Amino acid sequence: MLKFLVRRTLTMVATALVLTFVVFWLTNLPPNLEKLAKSEASARMTDAEVESWLERNGHAQPLLKRYGEWLGVAPGWTWEAADGTVSGRCIPRGTPPEEAARFCGVLQGNWGLSTVFKQPVSDIIATRLGLTGILMFWVMVLMVPSALLLGVLSGMREGSRLDRGLSTISIASTATPEYVSGVVLIVVFSSSLVGLRWFKGTAASAMDGITFENFFLPVLTIALYGMGYIARMTRASMAEVMTQQYIRTARLKGAGFGRVVMRHALRNALIAPFTVIMLQFPWLLNGVVIVETLFNYKGFGWTLVQAAGNNDIDLLLGCSVVAVVVVLVTQAMSDIGYVLLNPRIRVS
Amino acid sequence: MMEVIGWSSIFLRLAGHLWPVWLALVVLILPSVLYRRRLGLYGRLFDSPIGIVGLLLVAFWTFTAIFAPMIAPYDPLSQIAQMKNEVPGTMRPDGAGYYLLGGDNLGRDVFSRMVVGARRVLAIAPAATAFAFVVGITLGLPAGYRGGRLDTGLSFIANLVLAFPVILLFYLLVTPEIRTTGLPVVLAAVLFLFPVVFFTAFWNSRLHMRQTARNIAVGLTLVIGLWAWSGLAFNADPLGVWSMDPNLLNVFVSVVFVNAPTVFRIVRGLALDLRTRDYVAAAQTRGEGAWYVMLWEILPNARGPLIVDFCLRIGYTTILLGTLGFFGLGVSPESPDWGSTINDGRRLLTIAPHPALVPALALMSLVLGLNLLADALREESLKD
Repeated sequence: MLKFLVRRTLTMVATALVLTFVVFWLTNLPPNLEKLAKSEASARMTDAEVESWLERNGHAQPLLKRYGEWLGVAPGWTWEAADGTVSGRCIPRGTPPEEAARFCGVLQGNWGLSTVFKQPVSDIIATRLGLTGILMFWVMVLMVPSALLLGVLSGMREGSRLDRGLSTISIASTATPEYVSGVVLIVVFSSSLVGLRWFKGTAASAMDGITFENFFLPVLTIALYGMGYIARMTRASMAEVMTQQYIRTARLKGAGFGRVVMRHALRNALIAPFTVIMLQFPWLLNGVVIVETLFNYKGFGWTLVQAAGNNDIDLLLGCSVVAVVVVLVTQAMSDIGYVLLNPRIRVS
Repeated sequence: MMEVIGWSSIFLRLAGHLWPVWLALVVLILPSVLYRRRLGLYGRLFDSPIGIVGLLLVAFWTFTAIFAPMIAPYDPLSQIAQMKNEVPGTMRPDGAGYYLLGGDNLGRDVFSRMVVGARRVLAIAPAATAFAFVVGITLGLPAGYRGGRLDTGLSFIANLVLAFPVILLFYLLVTPEIRTTGLPVVLAAVLFLFPVVFFTAFWNSRLHMRQTARNIAVGLTLVIGLWAWSGLAFNADPLGVWSMDPNLLNVFVSVVFVNAPTVFRIVRGLALDLRTRDYVAAAQTRGEGAWYVMLWEILPNARGPLIVDFCLRIGYTTILLGTLGFFGLGVSPESPDWGSTINDGRRLLTIAPHPALVPALALMSLVLGLNLLADALREESLKD
């Protein structure tokens, strides 16, 4: 087990390093840097001025060196101007260069400054992630129990009419991406056309206080798309368990159908869905970005869109790190959880 | 006040505009039902209600895409100021017909845009999925069959791409700036080479004992493949037959890039399972080469799950393309594709819902059809 954990962790760290490097490279491509220079200094710069601006701000160094600085394993750049003032990556404006730290990167907790929001990236991400965390919590509360119920009900008697009906529902739910279900839900529940007006079509007010009225539609939109997939996995797993010998034994011993399902089948049938639910997290990130844009809820996904749309390099890098870490951690958790839940698997 | 017709007459007129689709559906379905016992897996689809519904939905949208210029009553880009956000069934100010599904925020015909949008979606999604499959198969078969270091390396790369949040990858890859760096062209050059490699190995492994036939097949593959490759990836086709709009190329490459690792994992898993079968051992004993075993023994036996996944994946690719359009990535502002039309319409959703609702329901029904079709195929193929 220990060897498995060590290997898993090493692969994870390697993956994280490669992925952040790729994101760093893609966000720091020459055209992006040129746009950055023009938006930070002046829009009418000549090519030579852009080049000297980039050089003064440490963007002209080799890619690997810049990545090392951003990560915090290479010493930050310094630049001595003609009049003798020294500026640098680790030297905040107004402090003498002698007091500055040598390394300042993500590892030291310095995530850089957002050019759009004019705030430290770490602060923005912390608050936005909090908002998205609330959204995700309610999505999970709604999605997981209903998906498992749907899957177990349709998997316990494979091929029955109940199974056909529920399976079609889950197929329809996987066929409806968030931007479709969101639009349909808004039209049905909050437009003047249908006239129900039960919920609000925007979740902007949910950032101050969550009510059922302003938060249910975004939660439902994300939950619907993921629900079908988990339900189908649960159904497959449940249907397989129901054909096992020990289920037949239990039935022959006279146990009632409800008891067999609840006591004998359910526990074994829920191992596979656990992995699927864990792997669902990164996939939900997509939904979060779409839904937060659609409902104007200013969480992590909304921030990512803003950062990408406005060439906010440091913020986009910060968002990517968070996204990549979430994906990798959930992948590892699903692997380890699978091993722990299923005693038939030996890792070493 | 402009004249507005009721819903029943809207539906009648819609059905009238769609006449080529009904005709084509009858031409497709009648012989299929009559001869369904002789049509193998396809014929057995007609035994399950889910399969019929799925097939009808997919065929409906395919024919709509094919006959789009005949169906669309108006130009999808022409704007009439008086028709802005008008309700479905409003007569045009010049009296020449109706906007059957209303006008959008620029006064364009929603119905025509939906029909032409179907053509864009159905031109890209199946092609991109097919490319992703060729890439996934060409890499997944050796990884599963050979194993070892090749497998470790390829699996690591595939997991890398899979660990990348899709939306972030799109935001990084599908931007106008990235085209100036030439990255999409490099990616396209690599990804588009796989079909050439695949078909060369395909013919070579089969015909390597028959020199002339081999030379003709491999030669033709190389000539046509490299010709198309030069045109599609580099836009450098000397005859100008093959070419791809740079915007489209960018979208296409990104979608293939996102889908290929998943296909790789599926194919690898199947190859890992099938390589222990007796017919593989028999072929190895006959002295067949590795590529022959992979492409002519393992691949045909893995076709069941692959066909099912192909159907599902076209639906998933359609969703991805819609996502790209929804964020305005890689499409021209006027483009009628469903994702960007939904994006255009969502701002006025509570006042004029029809411009966003129509493409949304269109996209949903197409993906639903593909998913139902995949489900029916899976059930029917499990019956053997």
